[in-house]
Amino acid sequence: MRITDLAAQLGAETVEAPDPAAEVREGYTSDLLSDVIAHAPSESVLITIQGHLNTVAVATLAGIRAILLANGRPAPDDMRAAARREGVAILRSPENQFALSHRVHRLLHGP
Amino acid sequence: MKVLPIDPEQSPLVILDLLFKLKIKDVMTAPVFTVSRRDTLRAVQRLMKERTITGVPVAEDGRLFGIVSVDDIINALDGGYIDDPVEQRMSRNVVVLEEDMPLSFGTSYFRKYRFGRFPVLNKDNRLVGILSSRDVSASLLLELFKEYRRLEQQVQPPPAPEFDHIRLQFKVRRYDFENAGKASYELKRILTAQQTDPRIVRRAAIAAYEMEMNQIVHSIGGVISCSIAGRRIEIVARDLGPGIEDVEAALREGFTTANDWIKSLGFGAGMGLPNIRRVSDHFEIHSKPGSGTTVRATILIPNVPPADGAGAGARAAAP
Repeated sequence: MRITDLAAQLGAETVEAPDPAAEVREGYTSDLLSDVIAHAPSESVLITIQGHLNTVAVATLAGIRAILLANGRPAPDDMRAAARREGVAILRSPENQFALSHRVHRLLHGP
Repeated sequence: MKVLPIDPEQSPLVILDLLFKLKIKDVMTAPVFTVSRRDTLRAVQRLMKERTITGVPVAEDGRLFGIVSVDDIINALDGGYIDDPVEQRMSRNVVVLEEDMPLSFGTSYFRKYRFGRFPVLNKDNRLVGILSSRDVSASLLLELFKEYRRLEQQVQPPPAPEFDHIRLQFKVRRYDFENAGKASYELKRILTAQQTDPRIVRRAAIAAYEMEMNQIVHSIGGVISCSIAGRRIEIVARDLGPGIEDVEAALREGFTTANDWIKSLGFGAGMGLPNIRRVSDHFEIHSKPGSGTTVRATILIPNVPPADGAGAGARAAAP
Protein backbone atom coordinates (compact mmCIF):
# COMPACT_ATOMS: atom_id res chain seq x y z
CA MET A 1 0.00 0.00 0.00
CA ARG A 2 1.27 3.45 -0.87
CA ILE A 3 2.32 5.53 2.11
CA THR A 4 -0.01 8.39 1.10
CA ASP A 5 -2.97 5.96 0.91
CA LEU A 6 -2.04 4.49 4.30
CA ALA A 7 -2.02 7.98 5.87
CA ALA A 8 -5.37 8.83 4.27
CA GLN A 9 -7.03 5.58 5.39
CA LEU A 10 -5.75 6.03 8.95
CA GLY A 11 -6.58 9.72 9.04
CA ALA A 12 -2.95 10.25 10.09
CA GLU A 13 -1.00 13.42 9.57
CA THR A 14 1.82 13.23 7.02
CA VAL A 15 4.78 14.87 8.73
CA GLU A 16 7.34 13.93 6.08
CA ALA A 17 6.86 11.98 2.89
CA PRO A 18 10.05 12.24 0.85
CA ASP A 19 8.85 9.45 -1.46
CA PRO A 20 5.00 9.54 -1.41
CA ALA A 21 4.71 6.69 -3.93
CA ALA A 22 6.78 4.31 -1.76
CA GLU A 23 4.90 1.15 -0.78
CA VAL A 24 4.70 -0.56 2.61
CA ARG A 25 3.88 -4.26 2.76
CA GLU A 26 4.36 -5.05 6.45
CA GLY A 27 4.03 -3.47 9.85
CA TYR A 28 5.96 -3.72 13.10
CA THR A 29 5.21 -2.31 16.51
CA SER A 30 7.96 -1.69 19.04
CA ASP A 31 9.63 1.03 21.04
CA LEU A 32 12.79 -0.89 21.60
CA LEU A 33 15.16 0.07 18.81
CA SER A 34 17.40 -2.96 19.30
CA ASP A 35 14.33 -5.10 18.84
CA VAL A 36 13.32 -3.11 15.76
CA ILE A 37 16.67 -3.43 14.06
CA ALA A 38 16.81 -7.12 14.84
CA HIS A 39 13.28 -8.13 13.87
CA ALA A 40 11.36 -5.53 11.85
CA PRO A 41 10.68 -6.63 8.26
CA SER A 42 11.89 -4.42 5.43
CA GLU A 43 9.39 -2.38 3.35
CA SER A 44 7.42 -1.90 6.52
CA VAL A 45 5.76 0.79 8.62
CA LEU A 46 7.06 1.06 12.19
CA ILE A 47 4.43 1.94 14.81
CA THR A 48 6.23 3.51 17.75
CA ILE A 49 6.34 6.30 20.27
CA GLN A 50 10.08 6.82 19.67
CA GLY A 51 10.03 10.24 18.01
CA HIS A 52 13.73 11.02 17.65
CA LEU A 53 16.70 10.91 15.33
CA ASN A 54 17.76 7.38 16.15
CA THR A 55 14.43 5.96 15.06
CA VAL A 56 15.24 7.18 11.56
CA ALA A 57 18.71 5.62 11.76
CA VAL A 58 17.28 2.26 12.76
CA ALA A 59 14.55 2.51 10.12
CA THR A 60 17.13 3.20 7.42
CA LEU A 61 19.28 0.26 8.47
CA ALA A 62 16.31 -2.09 8.64
CA GLY A 63 14.71 -0.96 5.37
CA ILE A 64 11.63 0.46 7.14
CA ARG A 65 9.85 2.95 4.86
CA ALA A 66 7.57 4.80 7.25
CA ILE A 67 7.54 5.66 10.94
CA LEU A 68 4.04 6.04 12.37
CA LEU A 69 4.23 8.01 15.61
CA ALA A 70 1.46 7.04 18.04
CA ASN A 71 -0.17 9.10 20.79
CA GLY A 72 0.44 12.29 18.82
CA ARG A 73 4.12 12.24 19.70
CA PRO A 74 6.04 15.13 18.11
CA ALA A 75 8.79 14.72 15.54
CA PRO A 76 11.72 17.00 16.34
CA ASP A 77 13.34 18.99 13.55
CA ASP A 78 16.51 16.91 13.45
CA MET A 79 14.41 13.78 13.11
CA ARG A 80 12.46 15.31 10.24
CA ALA A 81 15.65 16.44 8.50
CA ALA A 82 17.11 12.94 8.82
CA ALA A 83 13.91 11.41 7.45
CA ARG A 84 14.02 13.67 4.39
CA ARG A 85 17.68 12.85 3.87
CA GLU A 86 17.18 9.09 4.17
CA GLY A 87 13.88 8.90 2.30
CA VAL A 88 11.88 7.62 5.28
CA ALA A 89 8.30 8.87 5.78
CA ILE A 90 6.98 10.10 9.14
CA LEU A 91 3.25 9.87 9.91
CA ARG A 92 1.54 10.87 13.14
CA SER A 93 -1.73 9.85 14.73
CA PRO A 94 -3.39 10.65 18.07
CA GLU A 95 -4.33 6.97 18.48
CA ASN A 96 -2.32 4.57 20.59
CA GLN A 97 -0.10 1.74 19.32
CA PHE A 98 -2.64 -0.96 20.04
CA ALA A 99 -5.35 0.68 17.95
CA LEU A 100 -2.98 1.68 15.17
CA SER A 101 -1.48 -1.82 14.95
CA HIS A 102 -4.97 -3.28 14.55
CA ARG A 103 -5.93 -0.83 11.81
CA VAL A 104 -2.65 -1.10 9.90
CA HIS A 105 -2.87 -4.88 10.02
CA ARG A 106 -6.39 -4.80 8.55
CA LEU A 107 -5.33 -2.39 5.82
CA LEU A 108 -2.30 -4.43 4.81
CA HIS A 109 -3.51 -7.98 5.37
CA GLY A 110 -7.32 -7.74 5.40
CA PRO A 111 -9.72 -8.48 8.26
CA MET B 1 47.07 -16.24 -56.63
CA LYS B 2 48.16 -14.36 -53.59
CA VAL B 3 50.19 -16.78 -51.51
CA LEU B 4 50.04 -14.68 -48.40
CA PRO B 5 47.49 -11.88 -48.36
CA ILE B 6 49.26 -9.63 -45.91
CA ASP B 7 49.67 -6.16 -47.27
CA PRO B 8 51.50 -4.00 -44.73
CA GLU B 9 49.81 -0.87 -46.00
CA GLN B 10 46.37 -2.28 -45.35
CA SER B 11 46.99 -4.23 -42.17
CA PRO B 12 46.01 -3.18 -38.68
CA LEU B 13 48.80 -1.69 -36.60
CA VAL B 14 48.88 -4.70 -34.36
CA ILE B 15 49.86 -6.91 -37.32
CA LEU B 16 52.51 -4.47 -38.43
CA ASP B 17 53.88 -4.48 -34.91
CA LEU B 18 54.09 -8.23 -34.94
CA LEU B 19 55.71 -8.30 -38.39
CA PHE B 20 58.53 -6.13 -37.06
CA LYS B 21 58.77 -7.68 -33.63
CA LEU B 22 58.96 -11.32 -34.75
CA LYS B 23 62.05 -12.61 -36.49
CA ILE B 24 62.15 -15.19 -39.25
CA LYS B 25 63.71 -17.69 -36.84
CA ASP B 26 60.74 -17.32 -34.44
CA VAL B 27 58.35 -18.42 -37.16
CA MET B 28 60.16 -20.78 -39.51
CA THR B 29 59.92 -24.56 -39.47
CA ALA B 30 63.11 -26.11 -38.13
CA PRO B 31 64.72 -28.52 -38.48
CA VAL B 32 64.04 -28.86 -42.15
CA PHE B 33 63.81 -32.01 -44.29
CA THR B 34 66.44 -31.99 -47.03
CA VAL B 35 67.65 -34.21 -49.84
CA SER B 36 71.14 -34.51 -51.26
CA ARG B 37 72.09 -33.76 -54.85
CA ARG B 38 72.36 -37.45 -55.72
CA ASP B 39 68.87 -38.39 -54.50
CA THR B 40 66.26 -39.04 -57.20
CA LEU B 41 63.22 -36.88 -57.78
CA ARG B 42 61.16 -39.95 -56.90
CA ALA B 43 62.75 -39.97 -53.44
CA VAL B 44 61.79 -36.31 -53.12
CA GLN B 45 58.23 -37.12 -54.18
CA ARG B 46 58.02 -39.85 -51.49
CA LEU B 47 59.37 -37.50 -48.86
CA MET B 48 56.79 -34.86 -49.82
CA LYS B 49 54.02 -37.41 -49.61
CA GLU B 50 55.15 -38.82 -46.24
CA ARG B 51 55.70 -35.43 -44.64
CA THR B 52 52.94 -33.55 -46.46
CA ILE B 53 55.32 -30.84 -47.59
CA THR B 54 55.44 -29.02 -50.90
CA GLY B 55 59.08 -27.99 -51.17
CA VAL B 56 62.38 -29.62 -50.23
CA PRO B 57 65.75 -27.86 -50.11
CA VAL B 58 68.72 -29.67 -51.57
CA ALA B 59 71.51 -29.39 -49.02
CA GLU B 60 74.57 -31.24 -47.77
CA ASP B 61 76.06 -30.54 -44.35
CA GLY B 62 74.05 -27.36 -44.10
CA ARG B 63 75.18 -26.02 -47.44
CA LEU B 64 72.27 -25.14 -49.72
CA PHE B 65 72.47 -26.13 -53.42
CA GLY B 66 68.93 -25.71 -54.64
CA ILE B 67 65.28 -26.51 -54.03
CA VAL B 68 62.70 -28.91 -55.46
CA SER B 69 59.06 -27.85 -55.38
CA VAL B 70 55.95 -29.90 -55.94
CA ASP B 71 55.65 -28.22 -59.35
CA ASP B 72 59.03 -29.67 -60.30
CA ILE B 73 57.78 -33.12 -59.31
CA ILE B 74 54.62 -32.77 -61.41
CA ASN B 75 56.72 -31.69 -64.38
CA ALA B 76 59.06 -34.68 -63.84
CA LEU B 77 56.14 -37.10 -63.81
CA ASP B 78 54.74 -35.43 -66.91
CA GLY B 79 58.12 -35.40 -68.69
CA GLY B 80 59.04 -38.93 -67.58
CA TYR B 81 62.25 -38.04 -65.72
CA ILE B 82 61.11 -38.75 -62.17
CA ASP B 83 64.06 -41.11 -61.61
CA ASP B 84 66.69 -38.48 -62.50
CA PRO B 85 68.99 -37.26 -59.76
CA VAL B 86 67.86 -34.05 -58.10
CA GLU B 87 71.03 -32.24 -59.12
CA GLN B 88 69.96 -32.21 -62.78
CA ARG B 89 66.48 -30.78 -62.26
CA MET B 90 66.43 -28.65 -59.10
CA SER B 91 65.99 -24.87 -59.14
CA ARG B 92 69.41 -23.37 -58.53
CA ASN B 93 68.52 -19.71 -58.21
CA VAL B 94 67.09 -19.99 -54.76
CA VAL B 95 65.77 -16.92 -52.99
CA VAL B 96 66.66 -17.24 -49.29
CA LEU B 97 65.91 -15.41 -46.06
CA GLU B 98 68.21 -14.86 -43.10
CA GLU B 99 67.11 -16.02 -39.71
CA ASP B 100 67.61 -12.65 -37.99
CA MET B 101 65.53 -10.67 -40.46
CA PRO B 102 62.21 -9.35 -39.20
CA LEU B 103 59.20 -11.28 -40.37
CA SER B 104 58.19 -8.27 -42.50
CA PHE B 105 60.96 -9.32 -44.92
CA GLY B 106 59.38 -12.73 -45.15
CA THR B 107 55.93 -11.41 -45.99
CA SER B 108 57.31 -8.95 -48.53
CA TYR B 109 59.24 -11.84 -50.20
CA PHE B 110 56.03 -13.83 -50.51
CA ARG B 111 54.38 -10.91 -52.31
CA LYS B 112 57.44 -10.16 -54.43
CA TYR B 113 58.52 -13.64 -55.57
CA ARG B 114 55.40 -15.77 -55.54
CA PHE B 115 57.24 -18.78 -54.14
CA GLY B 116 55.47 -20.96 -51.61
CA ARG B 117 58.49 -21.24 -49.32
CA PHE B 118 61.94 -19.81 -48.68
CA PRO B 119 64.92 -21.62 -47.18
CA VAL B 120 66.35 -19.76 -44.18
CA LEU B 121 70.11 -19.38 -43.64
CA ASN B 122 72.04 -18.29 -40.58
CA LYS B 123 74.95 -15.82 -40.53
CA ASP B 124 77.33 -18.54 -41.68
CA ASN B 125 75.14 -19.27 -44.68
CA ARG B 126 74.07 -22.63 -43.28
CA LEU B 127 70.53 -23.87 -43.87
CA VAL B 128 68.65 -23.70 -40.52
CA GLY B 129 64.97 -23.80 -41.51
CA ILE B 130 62.30 -23.09 -44.05
CA LEU B 131 59.57 -20.50 -44.08
CA SER B 132 56.23 -21.31 -45.68
CA SER B 133 53.15 -19.15 -45.88
CA ARG B 134 51.50 -21.57 -43.48
CA ASP B 135 54.21 -20.87 -40.87
CA VAL B 136 53.50 -17.17 -41.20
CA SER B 137 49.73 -17.41 -40.90
CA ALA B 138 49.89 -19.85 -37.99
CA SER B 139 52.38 -17.80 -36.00
CA LEU B 140 50.54 -14.55 -36.69
CA LEU B 141 47.31 -16.09 -35.45
CA LEU B 142 49.03 -17.39 -32.35
CA GLU B 143 50.68 -14.06 -31.64
CA LEU B 144 47.46 -12.17 -32.30
CA PHE B 145 45.70 -14.39 -29.83
CA LYS B 146 48.40 -13.71 -27.22
CA GLU B 147 48.14 -10.00 -27.95
CA TYR B 148 44.38 -10.12 -27.67
CA ARG B 149 44.61 -11.84 -24.30
CA ARG B 150 47.12 -9.28 -23.09
CA LEU B 151 44.93 -6.35 -24.21
CA GLU B 152 41.87 -7.94 -22.73
CA GLN B 153 43.55 -8.24 -19.36
CA GLN B 154 44.82 -4.69 -19.61
CA VAL B 155 41.56 -3.06 -20.63
CA GLN B 156 39.12 -5.07 -18.58
CA PRO B 157 40.48 -6.96 -15.61
CA PRO B 158 38.17 -9.88 -14.80
CA PRO B 159 35.60 -8.82 -12.18
CA ALA B 160 36.89 -9.75 -8.76
CA PRO B 161 34.51 -12.17 -7.08
CA GLU B 162 35.84 -11.00 -3.74
CA PHE B 163 36.31 -7.65 -2.09
CA ASP B 164 39.60 -5.88 -2.27
CA HIS B 165 40.58 -4.93 1.18
CA ILE B 166 38.40 -2.05 2.40
CA ARG B 167 38.95 -0.52 5.81
CA LEU B 168 36.70 1.97 7.56
CA GLN B 169 37.16 3.64 10.91
CA PHE B 170 34.76 5.77 12.91
CA LYS B 171 35.22 7.63 16.17
CA VAL B 172 32.35 7.32 18.60
CA ARG B 173 31.81 9.77 21.46
CA ARG B 174 29.85 9.25 24.62
CA TYR B 175 26.14 10.24 24.40
CA ASP B 176 26.58 11.39 20.81
CA PHE B 177 23.20 10.03 19.73
CA GLU B 178 23.10 12.40 16.81
CA ASN B 179 25.83 10.54 14.99
CA ALA B 180 24.66 7.07 15.90
CA GLY B 181 24.49 4.98 12.76
CA LYS B 182 27.31 6.69 10.83
CA ALA B 183 29.47 3.56 10.78
CA SER B 184 26.59 1.21 10.03
CA TYR B 185 25.23 3.46 7.23
CA GLU B 186 28.60 3.59 5.56
CA LEU B 187 29.16 -0.15 5.90
CA LYS B 188 25.70 -0.83 4.51
CA ARG B 189 26.27 1.56 1.62
CA ILE B 190 29.55 -0.08 0.59
CA LEU B 191 28.24 -3.62 0.90
CA THR B 192 25.06 -2.80 -1.04
CA ALA B 193 27.06 -1.08 -3.78
CA GLN B 194 29.01 -4.32 -4.17
CA GLN B 195 25.79 -6.31 -4.71
CA THR B 196 26.19 -8.13 -1.43
CA ASP B 197 23.26 -10.34 -0.42
CA PRO B 198 20.83 -8.03 1.47
CA ARG B 199 20.60 -10.54 4.34
CA ILE B 200 24.35 -10.28 4.85
CA VAL B 201 24.16 -6.48 4.62
CA ARG B 202 21.49 -6.39 7.31
CA ARG B 203 23.48 -8.63 9.64
CA ALA B 204 26.53 -6.41 9.23
CA ALA B 205 24.44 -3.27 9.77
CA ILE B 206 22.91 -4.71 12.94
CA ALA B 207 26.31 -5.63 14.40
CA ALA B 208 27.80 -2.24 13.56
CA TYR B 209 24.80 -0.29 14.83
CA GLU B 210 24.64 -2.11 18.15
CA MET B 211 28.38 -1.57 18.64
CA GLU B 212 27.97 2.14 17.96
CA MET B 213 25.06 2.32 20.38
CA ASN B 214 26.96 0.42 23.07
CA GLN B 215 29.85 2.83 22.82
CA ILE B 216 27.55 5.87 22.82
CA VAL B 217 25.54 4.64 25.79
CA HIS B 218 28.06 2.78 27.95
CA SER B 219 31.64 3.78 27.08
CA ILE B 220 33.59 6.97 27.48
CA GLY B 221 34.19 6.82 23.71
CA GLY B 222 35.83 4.49 21.26
CA VAL B 223 36.45 3.47 17.71
CA ILE B 224 34.53 1.22 15.32
CA SER B 225 36.68 -0.39 12.64
CA CYS B 226 35.26 -2.29 9.70
CA SER B 227 37.35 -4.42 7.44
CA ILE B 228 36.01 -6.08 4.31
CA ALA B 229 38.41 -8.48 2.63
CA GLY B 230 37.60 -11.44 0.47
CA ARG B 231 34.48 -13.02 1.86
CA ARG B 232 35.02 -11.72 5.36
CA ILE B 233 33.43 -8.73 7.03
CA GLU B 234 35.01 -7.92 10.35
CA ILE B 235 33.63 -5.24 12.64
CA VAL B 236 35.60 -4.35 15.73
CA ALA B 237 34.54 -1.99 18.51
CA ARG B 238 37.31 -0.80 20.83
CA ASP B 239 36.58 1.59 23.63
CA LEU B 240 38.67 3.24 26.30
CA GLY B 241 36.55 2.22 29.26
CA PRO B 242 35.09 1.79 31.77
CA GLY B 243 34.94 -1.95 30.96
CA ILE B 244 32.34 -4.55 31.85
CA GLU B 245 32.12 -6.01 35.36
CA ASP B 246 30.49 -9.29 34.39
CA VAL B 247 30.89 -10.18 30.72
CA GLU B 248 28.85 -13.39 31.06
CA ALA B 249 25.90 -11.44 32.43
CA ALA B 250 26.21 -8.74 29.77
CA LEU B 251 25.76 -11.39 27.08
CA ARG B 252 22.41 -12.49 28.53
CA GLU B 253 19.40 -10.96 26.78
CA GLY B 254 17.69 -8.41 29.00
CA PHE B 255 20.69 -7.68 31.21
CA THR B 256 21.35 -3.94 31.24
CA THR B 257 23.07 -1.25 33.24
CA ALA B 258 21.51 1.61 31.26
CA ASN B 259 19.73 4.43 33.05
CA ASP B 260 16.09 5.44 32.54
CA TRP B 261 16.91 8.27 30.20
CA ILE B 262 18.71 5.89 27.84
CA LYS B 263 15.84 3.42 28.12
CA SER B 264 13.29 6.08 27.29
CA LEU B 265 15.07 6.52 23.94
CA GLY B 266 14.51 2.88 23.11
CA PHE B 267 17.98 1.64 24.00
CA GLY B 268 19.57 -0.10 26.93
CA ALA B 269 17.23 -3.07 26.92
CA GLY B 270 20.03 -5.58 27.17
CA MET B 271 19.74 -6.65 23.55
CA GLY B 272 22.86 -5.12 22.03
CA LEU B 273 25.49 -7.76 22.68
CA PRO B 274 23.07 -10.69 22.17
CA ASN B 275 22.02 -9.12 18.85
CA ILE B 276 25.64 -8.80 17.74
CA ARG B 277 26.39 -12.37 18.72
CA ARG B 278 23.29 -13.64 16.92
CA VAL B 279 24.20 -12.06 13.57
CA SER B 280 27.91 -13.00 13.70
CA ASP B 281 29.60 -16.09 12.39
CA HIS B 282 32.39 -15.47 14.91
CA PHE B 283 31.97 -13.36 17.99
CA GLU B 284 34.53 -12.33 20.58
CA ILE B 285 34.44 -9.99 23.53
CA HIS B 286 37.26 -8.96 25.83
CA SER B 287 36.68 -6.59 28.69
CA LYS B 288 38.12 -5.68 32.03
CA PRO B 289 36.80 -3.14 34.51
CA GLY B 290 39.15 -0.18 34.53
CA SER B 291 40.35 -0.78 31.00
CA GLY B 292 38.34 -0.93 27.80
CA THR B 293 36.14 -3.37 25.96
CA THR B 294 36.81 -4.92 22.58
CA VAL B 295 34.02 -6.61 20.66
CA ARG B 296 34.84 -8.39 17.43
CA ALA B 297 32.13 -9.62 15.05
CA THR B 298 32.96 -11.55 11.91
CA ILE B 299 30.39 -12.15 9.18
CA LEU B 300 31.31 -14.47 6.35
CA ILE B 301 29.85 -13.96 2.88
CA PRO B 302 28.78 -17.37 1.58
CA ASN B 303 30.43 -18.42 -1.65
CA VAL B 304 27.23 -18.62 -3.67
CA PRO B 305 26.07 -16.37 -6.50
CA PRO B 306 23.72 -13.66 -5.21
CA ALA B 307 20.04 -14.53 -5.49
CA ASP B 308 17.85 -12.65 -7.97
CA GLY B 309 17.18 -9.14 -6.84
CA ALA B 310 20.23 -9.08 -4.59
CA GLY B 311 20.95 -5.58 -5.84
CA ALA B 312 17.49 -4.31 -4.90
CA GLY B 313 18.54 -3.02 -1.51
CA ALA B 314 16.79 -4.41 1.52
CA ARG B 315 13.86 -5.73 -0.50
CA ALA B 316 14.65 -9.37 0.21
CA ALA B 317 15.95 -8.76 3.68
CA ALA B 318 12.79 -9.49 5.61
CA PRO B 319 13.58 -12.11 8.26
